[in-house]
Amino acid sequence: MTTLLIIAVLVLVAVAIWQMTKIFELSQLKTEYAEVASERDNRYNGYLMFVFLIFIYGITIFSFWKYSKVLLPEASSAHGADYDYLMLVSFVIIFIVQTLTQALLHYFAYKYRGEKGKKALYYADNDRLEFIWTIIPVIVLAGLILWGLYSWTNIMDINDEDDPLIVELYAQQFNWTARYGGADNVLGGANVRRIDIDKANVLGLDEADPNAADDVIVKELHLPVGRKVNFKFRSQDVLHSAYMPHFRAQMNCVPGMTTEFSFTPITTTEQIRQNPDVIDKVKRTNKIRAERAANGEPNSDPWEYDYVLICNKICGKSHYNMQMKIIVETEEEYNQWMAEQQTFQQTMASMQ
Amino acid sequence: MSGTGHEHEDDHSHDHGHHHKETFVTKFIFSQDHKMISKQYLITGLIMGFIGIAMSIMFRMQLAWPGEEIPVFEAILGRWAPDGVMDADIYLALVTIHGTIMVFFVLTAGLSGTFSNLLIPLQCGARDMASGFLNMLSYWMFFLSSVIMTLSLFVEAGPAAAGWTIYPPLSALPMAQPGSGMGMTLWLVSMAIFIASSLLGSLNYIVTVINLRTKGMSMTRLPLTIWAFLVTAVIGVISFPVLLSAALLLIMDRSFGTSFFLSDIFIQGEVLHYQGGSPVLFEHLFWFLGHPEVYIVILPAMGMVSEVMSVNARKPIFGYRAMIASILAIAFLSTIVWGHHMFISGMNPFLGSVFTFTTLLIAIPSAVKAFNWITTLWKGNLQLNAGMLFSIGMVSTFITGGLTGIILGDSTLDINVHDTYFVVAHFHLVMGISALYGLFAGVYHWFPKMFQGRMMNKNLGYVHFWITAVGSYGIFFPMHFVGMAGVPRRYYENTAFPMFDELTDVQVLMTVFAIITAAAQLVFAYNFIVSIFYGKRGPQNPWQANTLEWTAPQEHFHGNWHGAIPEVHRWAYDYSKTDDNGEYIIPGQDFVPQTVPMKEGEEELHH
Repeated sequence: MTTLLIIAVLVLVAVAIWQMTKIFELSQLKTEYAEVASERDNRYNGYLMFVFLIFIYGITIFSFWKYSKVLLPEASSAHGADYDYLMLVSFVIIFIVQTLTQALLHYFAYKYRGEKGKKALYYADNDRLEFIWTIIPVIVLAGLILWGLYSWTNIMDINDEDDPLIVELYAQQFNWTARYGGADNVLGGANVRRIDIDKANVLGLDEADPNAADDVIVKELHLPVGRKVNFKFRSQDVLHSAYMPHFRAQMNCVPGMTTEFSFTPITTTEQIRQNPDVIDKVKRTNKIRAERAANGEPNSDPWEYDYVLICNKICGKSHYNMQMKIIVETEEEYNQWMAEQQTFQQTMASMQ
Repeated sequence: MSGTGHEHEDDHSHDHGHHHKETFVTKFIFSQDHKMISKQYLITGLIMGFIGIAMSIMFRMQLAWPGEEIPVFEAILGRWAPDGVMDADIYLALVTIHGTIMVFFVLTAGLSGTFSNLLIPLQCGARDMASGFLNMLSYWMFFLSSVIMTLSLFVEAGPAAAGWTIYPPLSALPMAQPGSGMGMTLWLVSMAIFIASSLLGSLNYIVTVINLRTKGMSMTRLPLTIWAFLVTAVIGVISFPVLLSAALLLIMDRSFGTSFFLSDIFIQGEVLHYQGGSPVLFEHLFWFLGHPEVYIVILPAMGMVSEVMSVNARKPIFGYRAMIASILAIAFLSTIVWGHHMFISGMNPFLGSVFTFTTLLIAIPSAVKAFNWITTLWKGNLQLNAGMLFSIGMVSTFITGGLTGIILGDSTLDINVHDTYFVVAHFHLVMGISALYGLFAGVYHWFPKMFQGRMMNKNLGYVHFWITAVGSYGIFFPMHFVGMAGVPRRYYENTAFPMFDELTDVQVLMTVFAIITAAAQLVFAYNFIVSIFYGKRGPQNPWQANTLEWTAPQEHFHGNWHGAIPEVHRWAYDYSKTDDNGEYIIPGQDFVPQTVPMKEGEEELHH
């Protein structure tokens, strides 16, 4: 309600400004070409250009001061540190360029505002200047390109070295399913044409494939810390995107083909909950949720920090709520959890 | 800054063979006069723009106040918002149609269609487009496609809702979402007609610029506006047909059971027969147009900003040839960077490397343009008319939005910000707001040319600019942070994730700015409509510009100039040019129109 009032006030302010300009306009003496900028217009708009520069800096500082805390915590995957560092360096470059160019642009607009009798400088070109501001972006971008490509090649090089855990992430409207290779760490063959809902073969596994028998199908993704995970993505209906923001990982799930991504989780769920930034975030969020609970609003349960897998490619009505919890734990905890799960063969047998 | 430099054509001879009886229908409806067609494009584009902006306000309100009962929703959306709570399907439809309308109908047709039509003949010195008939056809096909797109909003199951990129299978299967039924069919039909319209228009622009320039108007004397329109038309001709083929193949998949884009699909309890197609193929075809499209949107804005900025700075545009070279470089590179929309689509990572390389290259000509604009302001005598303010604003948002492109164009960094609000913030600043500023700069600057010398009210123009400038940054600057927090775009609400709870405040802030900014556009609409009928008439050349359009009489008639078409003797940017003694070339006047012959001993100071 308060926000509505704020809007109403702001709209009224806008209307007032508009009316004031009309009055101002009527009060002005009619000159011949009233709609061309006058000396006065140039002066005031020149000042405003300078004020606008301060506004741009202001909103930048405000956003950093107020919103830096909402950003994702430090990466929980091995390649994530490289990612974050490259991001930081890119941002530093961006902000230097942004600060300088906006300053020049708006300062010139203020400084060289039109005045009667002022003579503009006829300055049509200067090869040296143009060469300078061609070559500087070339050098800076060459550096960023090389660094980016080096990281990209490393991240996207998906191989079987270091005994990776093989996990399939299976997308459908509007939920995720995970499948582990089981004892042999090999995924059994599967295709949507083999899906048999009546027999609970929801991922379309090949029942005759020996590799499929020990596959484990679950609705919560558990990953052992420190072990490389090779993900295989499938979708049964439309495009989805498997987005794991805390691990700086994302890949589309495409019906008709299998896509891949690989990363090594390095922080367990327990550890990330102890991260000071995360503790603060949880505190802030739970304060909001407590207020909601007091007002009897939904989404008010206290929250415990968890990694999530979220869908990041428009996929239909419930796209906004297509998620799966990810738990990163120690090797022992993982093995214990895995031992409690049913294999595909056991599930099939229990359905008979 | 005084006096006018026109050789007034007192010779009102009516014998140039272009006069024929005009009825109301041939003058205002099925007109073949480029000036009337340009106004038709502008007004249709603006109406579509108001629909598009109204939609954005509705979904921004949904994001700020999710699940709340907002009576406006029920009033506008009816059964799609029972009790004023917006339905998730209509949310997706709103973002889809908002994107489609703004990109194609406002910023392609409304911007490039309007000003290419108005300025190409007038600034080249031609009596009309090469083919007035095709030009008329182009507008009416655009109008038809606008009508079909608007009608699709009233379809029983809702309009297209698969995002403006309409990726299959979501857009191909009516069982995947209701909007993929009749709504999507109408979307595809509308776009097919739109593409035909755009191609007819573009071919006409190209032929006109190449063949119908007046005597003395060499390519290197053309104003940068014309260069931008020409190159834009060329990119359009190269890339739009590919979208047409994508749309046709999608229609085949949807209606005739082919499998171009579909394979191995199990939906609503049954396996569909499709086999062997690939959605990634569609993505390639779509973005082969889709990426050049953003340059189709921004290049005309850049051309107009260059022109308006030079006129109002009373200085030549800095680095005229570098500006042309960067337009050409951007145009060339724009056709080989489409894959940066698909880094994580499942295509080969090596392709990703190639596209990263080409994408970051495009930053170089863009940087050159930005620096050249800034240098154009340096030591100028800036006449801060509304058009000039929007031009400066355009450079500002283009830099702010363009810089984050360095993040998104880098395949590594794209991984974690792909399809988040970071992308939304980036492209709205760099092509949405910037192109709109270009459009506004053009409207304020060339309004007198469109409406027989009437001018828009400058004070309302200033109010419009300043509220819009503050509001645009207010909406899109904080949005980067929302994206970096990991919030995906096209989410109906973010309440399903406690990790996004504390971002609701930012959403409210952005929405409030959006509402204020949208309200400022009403000031523009009021100013525009009132000025058409009651605007004060200025002189024939109100901004004291050099280009040819200001030598044409204010009143509109088919043929543009009475008597002979003026001859051109110099480039378009001789502002504040002085002779060896520091005196203006034409004493007492700081500009030398293109029609003025070179003075004895006068040198070309640019190269």
